[in-house]
Amino acid sequence: MLDAFLNSTVSMATPILLAALGELLVERAGIINIGIEGAMLAGAFFGLAAAYFMGSLALGILAAMGAAVAMNAILAVLVVNLAVNQVVAGTALDILAVGLTGVFYRQMFGITGKAFMVRSMPRLALGPLARLPIVGKPLFEQSALVYLAFAIVPVVAWVVGRTRYGLRLRAAGENPAAADALGLGVYALRWQALLASGVLSGLAGAFLTLAYANTFVENITAGRGFVALAVVIVGRWNPWGLALASLLFGAAMALQFGLQALGTALPYQLFLALPYALTLVVLAGFGGGVDAPSALGEPYSRSS
Amino acid sequence: MNARTESARDPFALLRPLAALAAAVALIALVLLALGASPARVFAALWEGAFGNWFALTDTLVKSTPLVFTGLAIAVAFSGSLWNIGADGQLIIGALAAGAVGPMLGGWPRPLGIAIVLVSGAIGGALWGGVCGWLRARRATSEVISTIMMNFVAMQLLSWAVHGPLMEPSGAYPKSVAIAPAARMYMFAPPSQLNPAMLLALGLALGCYFFLFRSTAGFELRALGRNRRAATFFGVPAGAVAIWAMALSGALAGLGGAVQVCAITHRLYEKMSPGWGYEAIAVALVARLDPRWIVASAIFFGALDSGSQAMQRTEGVSPVLVQVIQGLVILILLALDTPAFSRLRESFGRAAEASASGESAAEGGDA
Repeated sequence: MLDAFLNSTVSMATPILLAALGELLVERAGIINIGIEGAMLAGAFFGLAAAYFMGSLALGILAAMGAAVAMNAILAVLVVNLAVNQVVAGTALDILAVGLTGVFYRQMFGITGKAFMVRSMPRLALGPLARLPIVGKPLFEQSALVYLAFAIVPVVAWVVGRTRYGLRLRAAGENPAAADALGLGVYALRWQALLASGVLSGLAGAFLTLAYANTFVENITAGRGFVALAVVIVGRWNPWGLALASLLFGAAMALQFGLQALGTALPYQLFLALPYALTLVVLAGFGGGVDAPSALGEPYSRSS
Repeated sequence: MNARTESARDPFALLRPLAALAAAVALIALVLLALGASPARVFAALWEGAFGNWFALTDTLVKSTPLVFTGLAIAVAFSGSLWNIGADGQLIIGALAAGAVGPMLGGWPRPLGIAIVLVSGAIGGALWGGVCGWLRARRATSEVISTIMMNFVAMQLLSWAVHGPLMEPSGAYPKSVAIAPAARMYMFAPPSQLNPAMLLALGLALGCYFFLFRSTAGFELRALGRNRRAATFFGVPAGAVAIWAMALSGALAGLGGAVQVCAITHRLYEKMSPGWGYEAIAVALVARLDPRWIVASAIFFGALDSGSQAMQRTEGVSPVLVQVIQGLVILILLALDTPAFSRLRESFGRAAEASASGESAAEGGDA
C-alpha cells in the first residue's frame, strides 16, 4: 500500500519536476512560459508517435524533445525577437498544441482503431538499494527519466546560483536593459533558456507517454504544465524547493488514487484541486513579487 | 497590445485580423494535405455544418452565445492590461451558482426566476474573478497565475458538486438536479434553441462598448492598460481598478455560464465548458478588444465550433481542428501587431508610393 503510494507519488512528481526546472531557467531569464503545457503535450504525442512508428525508444525521446523545442522556438521568435505579450502567446501555444496533437492523433489512429501502445521504458534497479523494504522499488527501481529529473536538480542549482552563466541569466531576468548595456546578450540568453526548457518539457512529455501511460489520450498532460508553473512559485524559484514542491504536489495527486480505492468520505476532487489551491494560498501569503525575477513577463525590446 | 483599440488611427488595424484568419486557414490546409485529408472537402463540411441549413444556423448562434459573454470578459480585462486567463473558471462558477440556485425556484414567477439564476451566475463569476483582482492589487500577485489556478479549482469544485451535494437523486450519472421550470429561459422557436439570452449578449456588447469608450471608469481602465505609470501618476487608483475590472470581467463570464444552464442544459454536468474561456482570447483579439466587433467574432468562432461537428461526421477529422485555427490566429495576429511588422509594412508602402509617383525605386527601397 505505502510502496504503491510512493511509486505513484514519484510517477506524478517526475514530469512536473522536469517541466518546472525548465520553467525556472526561463523565468530566471525574465520570461513566463504559459505555453509549457502545450510543449509538454506536443512532446508526449510526438514522442510516442516516433517510438511507435520507428520502434525505438531513443528516437521517441529525441522526437519528444524536438517537438517541445519547436514549440518553444515559436514562442522565442514571438516573445524574444518580436516582444509580443508573453501570456497571450503562451496561451495560444497551449490551445494550438491541444488542437494539433488531437488532429494528428485522430488521423493516425482514429480510423484504424489500432491500439496506440508502446512497451514501457525499462525500470533500472539501483543494485541493493532497490531491495530495501517499502522504499526500494518506488525510489530505486524507476525509469531513467526519474533519476534524470532528480539528478538535474543540483545541476540547475549550480548553473543558476554558482556560475557566471547563471549570473548573466538572472541579469537578463532582473534588468534586461542593464544586462544588454553590459553586452550580455539578453536575446541570446532568453533563447537559450527557452531551448533548454524545451528539452526538459519534451522529456516531461516523453515520461508521460513512454514511461507512465504507454499510450496517448487527448490532452494527456491534463494541466501538469500549469502545475509546473505553480511548483516554480511554491518552490520560490529555488531548484531544491522545486523538487520538494513537485513531490508534495505529486503526493497530493497520488493520494487521489489511494482514496478512490479506499472509498473514504473525503472527495477525491479535493486532492486534485490541492496543488492549485495551495499555490493560491502561497501567493496570497507571500505575494508574487518577493523572490520572482523583477522583469518577469515584461516584454523587452532592445530598440526601445 | 496597446495599439489594439486604436482602430481609428491605424487603417490596417481591422485588416490584420482578416489577414491572420486567411494565413491560419492556409496553414491548416497544408496540415490537412500532409495528413492526407482534402482541405476543400473539410472546409466545405465546416461551412455546411455552420450555415448549411436552419438547424446548422441556429446551432451556430447557440454556440456563439457563450463566446460573446467570455469574449466581452476578455475584452474588459485585456483593455486594462489585466491578463485574465481565467474566464473558463469564472464561467464554470457562474454555471455552478446558477445550477445550485435554480432547483430552489419552483413556484416563483418565471421572469423573476430567470433573473435570479442569471444574477447568481454573474455574482459567482464576479467573486471568482474579483479574488484574482484583489490578489493582484493587494498581494502583488500576477493575475495570470492566479486565474489559471482558479480555473482548475473551479473544475474540481464543479466535479465535486455533480458527484456530491448537487447530484440528482438517482445518482446514476454525474449530473445535478434540474433547475425549476420557473428558472428556465424562454425559447423563441422550439425545438431550436434560439432564445432571448442572445439578445442579452448583444445588449451587453453595446453596454460594454459604451462603458469602455464613453465612461470615466472605462477611460481609467484603458488608461491603465495603455500606460500604467502615467495613469497612476494622474491619479487613477490602479489597485481599485484591478479589483473591479477583474470582478466585472468575471461577472460577464459567469453570466455566460448561467445562461448556458438557464437556456440550454438546465442542469450541471461534469464538463460545462469545452474551453470557451480560452477560445474567448481568440474571439477578443480578432475583435481588437472592441465590444462591437466581438459579436461578429464570436459568431465566426461559434460557426467553427458548430461546423466542426459536421466535419467530424462526414470527413472524420477531429473537431479539435478548430483549436488549431484559434491558436494560429492568435499567434499570427500577435506577430502582425508588432512594430517590426509595421516597419516592414511601411517600407513596402513607401516603396509602392514611390513607384506609383514615378520616383526612383532606390529611394523607396532604402526605407
